[in-house]
Amino acid sequence: MGIKIISPGLATSVQDLGRPGYYHLGIPISGGMDRFALRAANHLVGNPEGSAVLEAVFLGPEIEFTTDAMVAVTGAELPLKVDGEPKEIWTSFSVKSGQTLSFEFLKAGARSYIAVSGGIDVPVVLGSRSTYGLGALGGHEGRNLQSGDKLEIGDSSITVDEGRQVPANLRRGLGSSAELRVVPGLYWHRITEDSQKYFFDDTWKVASEADRIGYRFQHGRALRFNERKQPFGAGSDPSNIVDSCYPYGSIQVPGGTEPIVLHRDAVSGGGYFMIGTVISADMDLIGQLQPNMDVKFIEVDIDTALAARMNRQSNMQRIREVV
Amino acid sequence: MPRQQIVSPLPGTFYRRPSPDQPPYKEEGDSVEVGDTVGLVEVMKLFYEVKSDQSGTIGKYLVGNEDTVTAGQPLVDLGE
Repeated sequence: MGIKIISPGLATSVQDLGRPGYYHLGIPISGGMDRFALRAANHLVGNPEGSAVLEAVFLGPEIEFTTDAMVAVTGAELPLKVDGEPKEIWTSFSVKSGQTLSFEFLKAGARSYIAVSGGIDVPVVLGSRSTYGLGALGGHEGRNLQSGDKLEIGDSSITVDEGRQVPANLRRGLGSSAELRVVPGLYWHRITEDSQKYFFDDTWKVASEADRIGYRFQHGRALRFNERKQPFGAGSDPSNIVDSCYPYGSIQVPGGTEPIVLHRDAVSGGGYFMIGTVISADMDLIGQLQPNMDVKFIEVDIDTALAARMNRQSNMQRIREVV
Repeated sequence: MPRQQIVSPLPGTFYRRPSPDQPPYKEEGDSVEVGDTVGLVEVMKLFYEVKSDQSGTIGKYLVGNEDTVTAGQPLVDLGE
């Protein structure tokens, strides 16, 4: 018994906290793009925080339940209904077998996390239930959900009450613009001083390539590179380097024009220089950015990055304590 | 009574044609039935067909081809 997908939305997939440990083999970490929202959704229905949930982007799915369950939806402001009756986001609610969960138009943010008590019970592949679509690995048959798919729900031993809620002050605000903090990286010296300044001065816009692999940004000034003879093994464009590892959150700028921040399903290496890395505390936020939103990159040092990560962790800890 | 509109269900880039070398789905003045496609929205390299949830006549396209749109933004005014 479980759930049946009536309509899948745009790109809905099964995700948990991810599949670390195989990046060196080219298998990305995958997992929810907004892991804070994913953890909170699981917490609201009494699941372990790393249970598998559904991640929907921009457009919600329509789901028929074939079992009774406690459900919570977190992340984007994507209004939801059960059999046509509105329900609150960031709040647990019970669904009876035979009822249908559906969504209205997106109001803010980008990705919603739909947790069901017991968790989505797909096979564990390399330690995770997350879907890696490009590699046809994990999740439900290694792909996004389609109409007619039936998913099993795990056994749930914990019963939580309806109406369990994450207070508004512990949710991350979803505005019409965003700031992403960046630690400059190993290749920072490759661009001119002017370009180093412009990268942080300019307002960038999220491009329509805003998916699980990476987010592309447009409309800032193109980077200029310091002259050098390209080393053996690097391509001829000045934005090329001898192949290197691409960290999660790294910002590559092919041709020096449009920065791309690599996210959960990214490739693990290649030959583009990286200007720096978005700090881990801000990676969840990227998962909630819509195309055409204004974004500023803010330069920070590693101490600031670590403090910000601590701050995010304490936010999650507060949810564990008060909810 | 407010005019009826077709809105975009998701953010992205709006297209009036199925592909660059094909005619637009609808012209202003064309009749439209429930389920007719009136445009495409591209996001994340995926193309989503925007379908009408009502029947009538295409009064006016409120956004141009290749314009960026947000979720819930009106795309088409429907006439009588």
